[in-house]
Amino acid sequence: MTASADSDLEAGLAAIASKIASGASGISDLRRMTAGATQEVWRFELVEGQARTPLILRRAPGGTRVSDTAVGLETEAELIRAADKVGAPVPLVRYVLEPDDGLGHGFIMGFVEGETLGGRIARGDAFAEVRPKLARQCGEILARIHTLDPGAFPRLRRSTPAELVAQHKATYQATGWPRPVFDLAFRWLDAHCPPDPKAMKLVHGDFRNGNLMIGPDDGVRAVLDWEIAHVGDSMEDLGWLCTACWRFGALDKPVGGFGEREDLWDGYESAGGAPVDRAHALFWEVFGSMRWGVMCASMIAAFRGADPSVERGVIARRSSENEIDLLRLIAS
Amino acid sequence: MQDRPTPAEVIGSVAAFLKTTVAAQTAGATSFQARVAANALEMMKRELDLAPAEDAAERERLKALLGMDGSLFDLNVELSRRIAAGEIETSSPGLIEHLWATTMAKLAVDQPTYASYRAELAKRGPKED
Repeated sequence: MTASADSDLEAGLAAIASKIASGASGISDLRRMTAGATQEVWRFELVEGQARTPLILRRAPGGTRVSDTAVGLETEAELIRAADKVGAPVPLVRYVLEPDDGLGHGFIMGFVEGETLGGRIARGDAFAEVRPKLARQCGEILARIHTLDPGAFPRLRRSTPAELVAQHKATYQATGWPRPVFDLAFRWLDAHCPPDPKAMKLVHGDFRNGNLMIGPDDGVRAVLDWEIAHVGDSMEDLGWLCTACWRFGALDKPVGGFGEREDLWDGYESAGGAPVDRAHALFWEVFGSMRWGVMCASMIAAFRGADPSVERGVIARRSSENEIDLLRLIAS
Repeated sequence: MQDRPTPAEVIGSVAAFLKTTVAAQTAGATSFQARVAANALEMMKRELDLAPAEDAAERERLKALLGMDGSLFDLNVELSRRIAAGEIETSSPGLIEHLWATTMAKLAVDQPTYASYRAELAKRGPKED
């Protein structure tokens, strides 16, 4: 958290307090959270008589600008509400901002207590007992998410596996910097690319350790960050959760640094998910390293342009982490 | 001839100042950014220390692999092109060894604490060639 608070935002939220809950009289303790690179995330308390209810506001930067890849905050709120209806653990969406509110695009949701820091979840003592349960829980939750009707979200990007590979290859080529390991990995991805899915599913797109709110006793409490949801091959979500860069140092636990693939797949299949084919799952793990590698590599443009921060610069230098992970997968 | 201390030595000293003084005596985002900045400088120090020898070795491997000469950048462009075109494949003699040696050299600069690098280092030893 930072100490900075925006007084316009504070006044604006106070003005809509009674729309969030009819008995609410105002808000207090507005604080900016540090997390959330493409969107602003704020925490505040809703005041209802003596009661104080902690809530979270997700808002587009500056209140108006939405990034190219994100689905848009109104769609994100709809996705979270739909996920709740099919039994996936998500925060309760309390209110979606309206144009008249003058606060830009965004929505307000319940605050869920727990831990999202991947390293603590993968290696911290507090999570030692719950870790072995998490992979199966993740499988069960993904099976529920994949029952969502893609037809209800016509504005989401639709991509077949082959289209996703081609998109990432084009992004890599546009960086103008040779990475022979990426070229070899793209050859592998082309050769092992699964056919177009028989049924295109709603894919969360960023279901990984770091975007899951975890409790030390009960496990997964909420699935967060729905901003890059899309329609495609459901197995993409299972592969991304196993991608090496999201194991936070616990390489021997392929699922998020906390669990085993077999538990994830068992949980998925037992909750009604499609049977998991190992070669298919491996493709999405390799694609995951490629995807994060291409994202890191393309950060150089932002670093030399709109965001010359040290943080941005060092993320651009993390491409090589994915090069070694790709070699471990396809050439070891 | 420029005088001493070397760029690598000064960068190392500034990194230590950022970490032990600035990060320790500030809080929140500023402290975090100071640690990020110190880590970035340490990365650049490793590059100054390691890259000259590693770049020269990489260029020699590329010349042998491709049968041509050129700058390190141009040779990498050519290797990329040949792999993408299928002219050099996983089974081509020397390719995988070259990619591993080059990648290990990159990680030694970028992220020497990355778990996958530590695992490969334990398996392969500190030097590929």
